[in-house]
Amino acid sequence: MADNLLSLMTFFPLLGMLFVLFIPRDNDGLLKGFTLVVTLITFVISLPLAFDNVFATSGGMHYREFHEWINIGGFFQMNYNLGVDGISLWLVMLTTFIMPIAVLSTWKAVEKNSKGFMALLLLLETGMLGAFVSLDLFLFYIFWELMLIPMYFLIGIWGGKNRIYAAVKFFIYTAVGSLLMLVAIIFVYYYAVQSGALINGFGIQEFYKLNLPYHAQYWLFLAFGFSFAIKVPMFPLHTWLPDAHTEAPTAGSVILAAVLLKMGTYGYVRFAMPLFPDALPTFIPLLATLSVVGIIYGSLVAMMQEDVKKLVAYSSVAHLGFVMLGVFAMNMQGMAGGMIQMINHGVSTGALFLIVGFIYERRHTRMITEFGGLAHKMPVFATIFLIVTFSSIGLPGTNGFVGEFLALMGAFEGGLRWYAVVATTGVIFAAVYMLWMYQRVMMGTVTNPANESLKDLSAREVVVMLPLLVFVFWIGVYPNTFFDKMNPAMEQLLTQMGHKPAIVEVHHPAAIPAAHAVEHAPAAHGHN
Amino acid sequence: MYSNLWLIPFFPLVGSIINGLLGKKIKNEKVIGGLATLMMFCSFLVACQNFFRLMGDSVKTHQVVIGSWMSVGNLQIDWGFLLDPLSAVMIMIVTGVGTLIHLYSIGYMHGEVGFYRFFSYLNLFACAMLMLVLGNNALVMFIGWEGVGLCSYLLIGYYFEKKSAGDAAKKAFVVNRVGDFGFLCGLFTLFWALGSKGVWTVNFVEITENAHLLQTGGLLVTVVTLCFFLGACGKSAQIPLYTWLPDAMEGPTPVSALIHAATMVTAGVYMIGRMNILFAMAPTTMMTVAIVGAATAFFAATIGLAQNDIKRVLAYSTVSQLGYMFLAMGVGAFSAGIFHLMTHAFFKACLFLGSGSVIHGMHHAYHHAHLHDDPQDMRNMGGLRKKMPITFITFLVSTIAISGIPLFSGFFSKDEILWWSFGSNRGHWLLWIIGAVAAGMTAFYMFRLVFMTFFGEQKTDARAKDHIPESPLTITIPLMILGLLAVIGGYIGIPAILGGSNRFEHWLEPVFGEALEMHHIAAHGAHATEYALMGISVAIAIIGIFVAWTMYIKNPELPAKFTAKFAGAYRLIFNKWFIDELYDFLFVNPCKRIGTFLWRGFDVKVVDGVVNGVAWVTKGIGAGLRYTQSGYLHNYAVAMVVGVVVIVGYYVFG
Repeated sequence: MADNLLSLMTFFPLLGMLFVLFIPRDNDGLLKGFTLVVTLITFVISLPLAFDNVFATSGGMHYREFHEWINIGGFFQMNYNLGVDGISLWLVMLTTFIMPIAVLSTWKAVEKNSKGFMALLLLLETGMLGAFVSLDLFLFYIFWELMLIPMYFLIGIWGGKNRIYAAVKFFIYTAVGSLLMLVAIIFVYYYAVQSGALINGFGIQEFYKLNLPYHAQYWLFLAFGFSFAIKVPMFPLHTWLPDAHTEAPTAGSVILAAVLLKMGTYGYVRFAMPLFPDALPTFIPLLATLSVVGIIYGSLVAMMQEDVKKLVAYSSVAHLGFVMLGVFAMNMQGMAGGMIQMINHGVSTGALFLIVGFIYERRHTRMITEFGGLAHKMPVFATIFLIVTFSSIGLPGTNGFVGEFLALMGAFEGGLRWYAVVATTGVIFAAVYMLWMYQRVMMGTVTNPANESLKDLSAREVVVMLPLLVFVFWIGVYPNTFFDKMNPAMEQLLTQMGHKPAIVEVHHPAAIPAAHAVEHAPAAHGHN
Repeated sequence: MYSNLWLIPFFPLVGSIINGLLGKKIKNEKVIGGLATLMMFCSFLVACQNFFRLMGDSVKTHQVVIGSWMSVGNLQIDWGFLLDPLSAVMIMIVTGVGTLIHLYSIGYMHGEVGFYRFFSYLNLFACAMLMLVLGNNALVMFIGWEGVGLCSYLLIGYYFEKKSAGDAAKKAFVVNRVGDFGFLCGLFTLFWALGSKGVWTVNFVEITENAHLLQTGGLLVTVVTLCFFLGACGKSAQIPLYTWLPDAMEGPTPVSALIHAATMVTAGVYMIGRMNILFAMAPTTMMTVAIVGAATAFFAATIGLAQNDIKRVLAYSTVSQLGYMFLAMGVGAFSAGIFHLMTHAFFKACLFLGSGSVIHGMHHAYHHAHLHDDPQDMRNMGGLRKKMPITFITFLVSTIAISGIPLFSGFFSKDEILWWSFGSNRGHWLLWIIGAVAAGMTAFYMFRLVFMTFFGEQKTDARAKDHIPESPLTITIPLMILGLLAVIGGYIGIPAILGGSNRFEHWLEPVFGEALEMHHIAAHGAHATEYALMGISVAIAIIGIFVAWTMYIKNPELPAKFTAKFAGAYRLIFNKWFIDELYDFLFVNPCKRIGTFLWRGFDVKVVDGVVNGVAWVTKGIGAGLRYTQSGYLHNYAVAMVVGVVVIVGYYVFG
């Protein structure tokens, strides 16, 4: 089974979806129960990955699967090429872990046409898992697109009042990015074919070894980078996010925050950065600036939001800023911080969206001014909300701190000292907007009569939150569980980018100093 | 040998978890409060055991590592503890005073709805504070550092239904976060600075050993220490970040005593002590610390002169006393600073708990008479010494101690600080003057408080005035113990000039000795000068008391005349120099305006404008192109003809 584990894991939800199609549409309980079971089984299938020590010892790709797929006589060849390493491992685990939670969150929230909803959720899961484990760029692109379509419908059909606008905006943004990426992918392929390099379909591991000239890397990085920046989202390409989040149903928001945004950051780490390492230094000042602006901007805008969900959405912009800053630090701490912050954001922001869902289901509004004093009526909810709030603020002992701290420290030790200093003010703003929101929603006395009869969390709702809380503290107190398996892969990645000899570009001498502007030797050689 | 150190923070953690999860079901106040107090007491016993073991040990620095926390590249952080004379003193104070305040809280919080919640938070606080002082590296310290901030937030906001409590809690956390920004920047810089010399570490012992790699007085060390000092300013309520502490009085009084007087707010002082070697290497930072400390001591004392809320006076007094501690750290009187930290923990905890006892009594009386007057307003008090004799005596003793009257604990520690600020080669006579004047004001406002509360005529509403009881034993026992300590606590540090051997300083020598020796920091001066200065500061204190007596006992109509004559100055001081308003104007409101602008202006108009514009243009083009696919055959025919004509024309004429 280990030989096909990734395939099994990736396509099991798709198989489940086929069965869902045969369940009568009015049997709501069976539909949801069945989907829950499918996602749980998928999680169980993926579990051996988390316990496999091979990731702690070797940074390469494991669980490889390779089959030739489409071959048009040397003109076009793509393969079914899967694998997982320490970088994708925890994102895969996050995906399989968050899906059952997302399904559970639909229990009361999705009432109309739950059959379609469940089918799309499962299709989405296949798309996300496939994208994380693809080692063939074209295969990645297929899964990438496969994952966008269900999300588009989830927002467009089951969303709130303004869902059509949000869905279209989501689609336009993403389509622009996807097209650019497609063009870039094809270009890389034909360049490789023409240069006679030894390639195998769109296999990224072969692409890593291509010595693309600087100017080609420049444009290709731009195309990939733009596409992923939309997905992250990085400032100023973030405006689809608040709308998409606000309109999406809770399960959609949770998945969007926990997994889909990570496609962007993962895309940088897996594709844009290692494929075009010579162009990367040219862009790092810009990208780091946008990350830092995103942190401050996201926080300031989040502070003034009147809708809780929008506030959480803007806080995502800030959190993802930390991820990107850490990743661009190009050293172990920064990379580890960025990677763990991806997981953290999935856990904490996912939890926040669930929390928003809980109160929305009860009151059918998310306006902060509608609430106040909820802690009296819902003490269990208040406690859980408080823990998640502080995890999002990055209190030491919770997951958020580990990620932010390492990302900032990495950026500081790398060439991004002043960026890190400015970004560190983000820890102040995070406290401001989260605590202010918490105060207005939970503290004080109940002033709105509509809140008088609110019920505390049900057992199902607590069960939904508990696994997330476990990880809030687990990552906060003992993140080594995750780092141990991430470190070898990150070291390999950094070495690969750092030790690659810079290509001297004869035609563009001006570009050379820029290419060396940022020092990116991995800091792994220091004293341990 | 010291392997049970981890038990010290562990006991309160267990108490916190049990009460937090099960407290609601337990309901019985005696069980909940008893458990929490017992946990603190266990922790106190372990602390004592380790303290005495350390006393008899010739090696004074011990590290106990539990396990790895984060291990990434060259960054290795452990869950580790450090026991040395400094942290030993701190754990004794935290667990000792902590146990007393837990005991006190059982009586004080009796009947509260959130009784279990209170004790869960209080235990959690103790755990975090102990992590802070016991951590062997900056990150474990930071866990405690933020952890106490969290508990402070929770406890200030304990009465969360009150908006003012929620506001105060949030303010405390956010202002502390400004300090944390400094802490983090300092940590990053330090890690990088030492790392570039080949030592990647955040461990305190290793930092101390390798500090010599950095250049004394250099930019790096100055930046690092200034950043850490910003962190200390936040936690220990120094200028410019002190504004949260007076508001923090929204929390229940035991919280004010434990967190906002005896322990948490002294964390900044402790942190400087912990990194004394770095601070000693940065004279510029030391000077800044001394100036900020002296300025805070003075400034907060001025505000304390005019407040009418009993707890607010004590709050400003705390800010002011913390200023003294920073002054001490800044002039190199490290052990005197820690000494004052300890004596202050005794007398200020006693004062706060005493004020709590008064408030408790007032509240009881008002409740009895169904009145809603403010039980904390001193203008409603007076003459309480007969009603609450134990509270009165312990309060008076502590007041004498804080005023710096000889033979009481505060005198020894404060005098040591004043002497160093004058005689140290890092000191200055101006610092001494500021400190001495502030000491006079301290004596004034503290005795003003005592006179208004316990002496003179009782001004309580007639319906309530005869129903003020002395507090129960759980409240008075801690008062008596702390009152005793406030008297005798100073005798472990009698300076040589008064015939003592300053055992406290000797005890801390393994921690501070090296830095002082290496950088030649010492207080010099003739004995005559030292005696003279001592005499002057005592005289100033006595003058302060005398003025208070004149104004509030002898001629009670004087204060009103006085405030009428200096109305402007009085208003300024009474309104706390309008600093809160200034901060709102400078930081809070602009941030809100910028946030709104970025959202409504930039996000919605600019970015979305572009996106929608692109969509609109696309739609327009599409709409235009639609006409080309009208489906009418003759349209297509016309198009074909035109096309043929154009192509033919191109080849013919082109």
